[in-house]
Amino acid sequence: MTKAITLAISLIAMPASADWQINMNEGVTALSREIFDLHMLIFWICVVIGVAVFGVMFYSIFKFRKSKGAVSEHWHENTTVEVVWTVIPSIILISMAIPATATLMDMYDTSEADLEIQVTGYQWKWRYQYLDEDIDFFSNLATPREEITNEVMKNPNYLLEVDNPLVIPANKKVRFLITANDVIHSWWVPHFAVKKDAIPGFINESWVKVEEPGVYRGQCTELCGKEHGFMPIVVEVKSEADYQQWVSDQRAMKLAMVGEASQEFSMNELVAKGEGVYNTACAGCHQSNGQGIPGAFPAITGSTIATGAIDSHVDIIVNGKSGTAMQAFKEQLSAVDIAAVVTYQRNALGNSVGDLVQPNTIKN
Amino acid sequence: MATVDVDLPHVKEEDQHHYGPAKGLGRWLYTTNHKAIGSMYLIFSLCMFMIGGIMALIIRAELFQPGLQLVEPNFFNQMTTMHGLIMVFGAVMPAFVGLANWMIPMQVGAPDMALPRMNNWSFWILPFAFLILLSSLFMPGGAPNFGWTFYAPLSTTYAPESVTFFIFGVHIMGASSIMGAINIIATILNMRAPGMTLLKMPLFVWTWLITAFLLIAVMPVLAGVVTMMLMDIHFGTSFFNAAGGGDPVLFQHVFWFFGHPEVYIMILPAFGIISEIIPTFARKRLFGYASMVYAVASIALLSFVVWAHHMFTVGMPLVGEVFFMFATMLIAVPTGVKVFNWVATMFRGSLTFETPMLFALAFVVLFTIGGFSGLMLAIAPADFQYHDTYFVVAHFHYVLVPGAIFSIMAATYYWLPKWTGHQLNETMGKIHFWLSFVGVNITFFPMHFVGLAGMPRRIPDYALQFADFNSMASVGAFIFGFSQLVFIYNVIQNVRVGEKATAQVWEGAQGLEWTVPSPAPYHTFSTPPKVD
Repeated sequence: MTKAITLAISLIAMPASADWQINMNEGVTALSREIFDLHMLIFWICVVIGVAVFGVMFYSIFKFRKSKGAVSEHWHENTTVEVVWTVIPSIILISMAIPATATLMDMYDTSEADLEIQVTGYQWKWRYQYLDEDIDFFSNLATPREEITNEVMKNPNYLLEVDNPLVIPANKKVRFLITANDVIHSWWVPHFAVKKDAIPGFINESWVKVEEPGVYRGQCTELCGKEHGFMPIVVEVKSEADYQQWVSDQRAMKLAMVGEASQEFSMNELVAKGEGVYNTACAGCHQSNGQGIPGAFPAITGSTIATGAIDSHVDIIVNGKSGTAMQAFKEQLSAVDIAAVVTYQRNALGNSVGDLVQPNTIKN
Repeated sequence: MATVDVDLPHVKEEDQHHYGPAKGLGRWLYTTNHKAIGSMYLIFSLCMFMIGGIMALIIRAELFQPGLQLVEPNFFNQMTTMHGLIMVFGAVMPAFVGLANWMIPMQVGAPDMALPRMNNWSFWILPFAFLILLSSLFMPGGAPNFGWTFYAPLSTTYAPESVTFFIFGVHIMGASSIMGAINIIATILNMRAPGMTLLKMPLFVWTWLITAFLLIAVMPVLAGVVTMMLMDIHFGTSFFNAAGGGDPVLFQHVFWFFGHPEVYIMILPAFGIISEIIPTFARKRLFGYASMVYAVASIALLSFVVWAHHMFTVGMPLVGEVFFMFATMLIAVPTGVKVFNWVATMFRGSLTFETPMLFALAFVVLFTIGGFSGLMLAIAPADFQYHDTYFVVAHFHYVLVPGAIFSIMAATYYWLPKWTGHQLNETMGKIHFWLSFVGVNITFFPMHFVGLAGMPRRIPDYALQFADFNSMASVGAFIFGFSQLVFIYNVIQNVRVGEKATAQVWEGAQGLEWTVPSPAPYHTFSTPPKVD
């Protein structure tokens, strides 16, 4: 019955923004337009060949029917024809490959970048580190769970929205250093024509130079586990002045966070804050009710870790558990977030240990 | 393919009593008869096609609308993985081996396969391989969920426990394929009727000979890569683990060194089938027989040097990208030659459009469309936009469904009267064809559009802009899926009843298999025919 209701809601909630786009995005960079032109060129070559081949084929189908009295002829070889239709396609292909190679060389020219950003794929979020700016943050899916489960209307940016978008300046050559922390991911923004696999142990390079400010959206394109469909990419391209403003805002925020970490919090404050952290960082595997997925991801409810010694509970969240999908969260979450989520896990989701941990102890 | 002069004292009805099949279960369990084993392969393949098809319908049902409606993401990933593995290793490959078993001895005038006991074994280990694979669905943690390409480290460090069963299953399938390939090569090279030189062999035999060499070359590579996974998972090695000094990209190189020839393994026998059917219904000899053989051989050779076009986005050096782009584009040349030759065969022929011909014609058109998108994918810079999107899904389904699968259906309809002794029910055949043709195109054509618009593959939920075409694809998938019940009905009815088929069956059919009575007796060509 619930299934039927969700299905009915999702029918009503049919997207208003759905369109019938049938072609590639031209994109917003010189390179993406070059690639788009190559795509259209090869497409039209295929169309012309297709029309010729299928033309002869359909002509034969209509003209040489036995029911129309067609009698088959006996020839079955012609060396000249065979040579012609081997050589001509070869020439077409070579003439196609030359501009493609030129574009490829442009794509690989990552030199003389104005700004370098390291992009790291995690299960199932992206981390952006500005190598010259001391800016470092994670970018998580921001679409509420209720939209995914069809309990409320989906917003127009459904599954293509994040909490902290990547911000880059317009008209600057930005070089991305792309890698991964666990499994292989792939960082793709269609409007930039940038797609590069994020591979643990490797650092791949790519670059973009966007002319106009705007917001551009993409997704992970390499199967990376359960939430592969739920780790979008959002890039905000800002004018130079706006970008500088954003950089100084980031610095201010960082200072504020350091101050917050030395404060004392009450149990209620920590649990309330921890719920939000849990839903962003933990619920993907351990589920929003804390039950986990048997055989794949352990439950939080009643677990020996979440109901045992608080130090080892903090430790597994801070340092992760090697050889499993459990990540080290020390770089992803602030001390306040870790304290909050530990306290939440111990005092919610069916657990009631009754103790709490303060952010200032996490730092040590 | 010269005219065939056959002397057939051995197929007289009264001789059959001594050599008939055993009774009861033993008829199937212990059989060394190529026809019985061929039938078992085909029935097994049909069962796998249905199981894999149900998984495809679960996928399409979930993707009918944005949002999660029916299944959890983890189960969705298990479905995409199992669908791919079952269709590739369980449906397409065994179907071609089944057709090879049935037809190769009859087409080369041999009494049976060269290694009949091994033939029995290579079939009978297959059901166990797939039972092992399918049983993983019921294990804690679920079935393999890392895609049919099982990229490490998702398939090693981060895999569910059942990955070990998957590896064991793949090993068994590989052993079965290698034995099947050895048998086919031994049969073709040693057991041809006197006078049948290599360049007189039917094209189906030729394409299978080349396919069998591909199988022997690459199935051990697959066995190697899964064994390295097994070592990483259970014995602490780090072949694919960067943290231990290994290399996740190495996995992809080794996998695709197997994987690209593998996709030709699934299409070369189809080329052979189409090259048999079109001349029959055009009543005209195949145009450019020799160039067809050379084209297949070139495709097979090139298939070993194009593997990294599946990996344009892994960060290969520029020179590597350029090499693999050029090599891949080269494949379009021999493939083009084949299509041109089929069209030239029809030109100035005398065409009729029985069910096998309809499937063959649809193959030529739709496979070519898949070839075009393949050519687009070969353009490395553009591939950065296509890679791992639904455009790729559309591409390989066009070459595999209206490609490989349609050729298998065409072959079944073409040779079924020879197997069962009953003429086809053309009306039912045509209903099946048109439903399949329409269903396939509604399913897979819109995937080109959502892929170009930016929808990644292997996602259980998607952004709203992709909703319309996804609903369309899902409707098409259900049409295509359910129309296969017509196919099953046709085959069962044909086995049971139908007008008695002649030995020739089709007016324009040429070749040794059409010289034996329909249904083909349990033993054929005990005395080799003469070919001049």
